[in-house]
Amino acid sequence: MDRLLLLGDEACAMGAIDAGMSVAYGYPGTPSTEIMEFLQKHARNYGIVAKWCANEKTSYEGAMGVSYAGRRALVTMKHVGLNVAFDAFANSALQKINGGLVAAVADDPGMHSSQNEQDTRYPADFAKTACFEPRNHQEAYEMTREAFDVSEKFNIPVVVRLVTRLAHSRSIIRTRQPRAQNALNRAHVISDWMCIPACAKPNYHALLECQPRLLEYSEQSAWNTLEIKEDFREYGVITTGLGGNYYCEVAAALPSQPSHLHIGVYPIPIEKIRRLAGRVERIVVIEEGYPFVEEKLRSVIRDPIPIQGKMDGFLPYEGELNPDSVARALNLSVAHGLGIVIDKLPSRPPQLCKGCPHHDTFAVLREIVNEYKGTIITSDIGCYTLGAIPPYEIIDSASCMGASIGMAKGAAEAGYHPVIATIGDSTFLHSGLTGLVDAVTSNVNMLLLILDNGTTAMTGGQDTIMGSEQLVSIIRGAGVGPKHLHTIIPLPANHEKNVVLLRKELNYEGFSVIIARRGCIQHLKKSSKGKAAS
Amino acid sequence: MNYDIILAGVGGQGVVSSATILSRCAMCDGFNVRQSEVHGMAQRGGAVQAQVRISDRVIESDLVPSGTADCIISMEPIEGLRCLSLLAENGRYITSLDPVVNIPDYPESQFIEEQLGKISGHIAVNAKKIAQTAGPAYAANIVLIGIASAFIPALAVATFERVIRETFERKGEKVVESNLKAFAAGRGIVKGGR
Ligand SMILES: Cc1ncc(C[n+]2csc(CCOP(=O)(O)OP(=O)(O)O)c2C)c(N)n1
Ligand code: SF4
Repeated sequence: MDRLLLLGDEACAMGAIDAGMSVAYGYPGTPSTEIMEFLQKHARNYGIVAKWCANEKTSYEGAMGVSYAGRRALVTMKHVGLNVAFDAFANSALQKINGGLVAAVADDPGMHSSQNEQDTRYPADFAKTACFEPRNHQEAYEMTREAFDVSEKFNIPVVVRLVTRLAHSRSIIRTRQPRAQNALNRAHVISDWMCIPACAKPNYHALLECQPRLLEYSEQSAWNTLEIKEDFREYGVITTGLGGNYYCEVAAALPSQPSHLHIGVYPIPIEKIRRLAGRVERIVVIEEGYPFVEEKLRSVIRDPIPIQGKMDGFLPYEGELNPDSVARALNLSVAHGLGIVIDKLPSRPPQLCKGCPHHDTFAVLREIVNEYKGTIITSDIGCYTLGAIPPYEIIDSASCMGASIGMAKGAAEAGYHPVIATIGDSTFLHSGLTGLVDAVTSNVNMLLLILDNGTTAMTGGQDTIMGSEQLVSIIRGAGVGPKHLHTIIPLPANHEKNVVLLRKELNYEGFSVIIARRGCIQHLKKSSKGKAAS
Repeated sequence: MNYDIILAGVGGQGVVSSATILSRCAMCDGFNVRQSEVHGMAQRGGAVQAQVRISDRVIESDLVPSGTADCIISMEPIEGLRCLSLLAENGRYITSLDPVVNIPDYPESQFIEEQLGKISGHIAVNAKKIAQTAGPAYAANIVLIGIASAFIPALAVATFERVIRETFERKGEKVVESNLKAFAAGRGIVKGGR
């Protein structure tokens, strides 16, 4: 029984290892990245495979293959990654999962490093599968282990939902005796993994038939704890995930202790909710994320009683919870400390590193935009998204991974000129390839500028799935001729030359690609250190 | 025993690694610990905060409630001021006076002095300079840990020394030595501790 000081992400990874997981796939994304990084660090020790893939969908599909072969698989991603993997995810719920398949998905309430704060409990519910929501590190470990068992018991994929404050918090966990990996044991009944209607209909039926058993499991689960206080009926409290932590942090100061249901595993335990509701005059819901349980309650409670939560403004709808917001909602005072208010502090947003190649690429774009007023520069997600803020203010859009290319194509085909799409190498390989094919085949009048810094920098410098040379071949292979496919090196010394080339390609009436290739400074430092050490 | 610490600084200053040293010490001395930190985007030269909660009881929340932190360790003059609302009335404010000027509107030193003047019992030091008396300036954060250690009696000096050794061992004996000296120099600043 080891005591380990681990991040929430790492506790989840450790749980997967001790559950006998054989293969892990994923695509980086804050706050989920450290799950895979931990697995990779220990892969050899435990005899597991832990690999980054091109994107979340290919990761998930790989995991389905592992499950098909009978072994246990983990897929890791951030919340928006599940949107990319959604086709695979939603359909996998209708396949008869063989080896346990667990998706560890990290949400980012408060949008610390994300473009939205969507709540993964919804897609889990949509797919009619089980979802675990750990509130601390030990739970992250235990629940991930249990998720594999549940997956195999009910033959469904299972979700472990993490949130930033747990994923990126460190604490001590105790590990238990590990379970051995599964032996290879491929699926044998063809219809179990076949989605032609003749099979999909009975498979969907089986998924529906599984629901009452899943509910029964959730009702019995020790992760869903109901504590009834017979002598206090004014209100009862339902918490989930980190909402439970903040509640317990401040609850001691309440004049009376209310009955309390904490939900750690979904589907929601309907009977436990009804038992609580039958004993109180009002229900307070404290959950991290969207008002998921709060919405469900209204269809579950038989004699409607008032429900307070995010929908009525009892707690803030947006952003993440904290002990202060929970205390205030419960009418408890918040300590005012020194009572000093300093309101004149300048903000300190993140910025590009000194010597970053994106810096020089932006300088070239700046000159182009000065010349061609009104140029649309669609962009994407990565360090280069900092091009949106001062001192650059050069890019016009950032939406979802890969959108820069499709948006530029759309704007160009709508008749706009000039249009430039800017996208990082990792993002391009994640979701830009299909957009490239669209753009090439319609020879649309736009310029695609790929910012190839040789790494996935924003999430901490994971290796891109393929190197710079292969990247060029793939673009050439898609049908971009050598006349309009160039590689430049974004350096101050090349500035004039680069501007000239960009100008020339903007004036070309058709599709052209320029790759700005120079390594990320942080990545170079890391790899040179790595070399020195080995 | 409960002791809540806020660490503030700029991405790249070692806020998270300093927090981890505190957490490791707490674990070695048998306490529960929760360390909340920031990864990702903010680490690129932006404002970074970490929180370390140490207790002999169960720690529920990863985040420290407002007005209750026992100590703020600010690795940079304005970053600690940003989280001042977290500090308890009798909390301890420890700050480095070495600015990281990577924004155009960085405040004048007079403004910083004025603000510090409002915080009773604050400790403000030129951490880099102190570190340089022991070795390289990059150990400035360990100087601050040394100062803070004097106010956390539950954690033994020997534990700090052991954890610092373990943390820097990979980088060679020289780095270990200068960090241990930086720690001692910081601790030496506080007379009598507490
Ligand atoms: C669907 C999805 N997956 C993952 C992420 C997290 N993420 C944001 S940017 C990025 C990759 C950045 O790499 P690259 O495009 O090479 O740009 P760089 O940061 O290296 O400049 C990742 C993985 C995301 N926002 N959305
Ligand atoms: S991490 Fe790399 S890509 Fe990101 S800003 Fe720094 S140098 Fe540029």
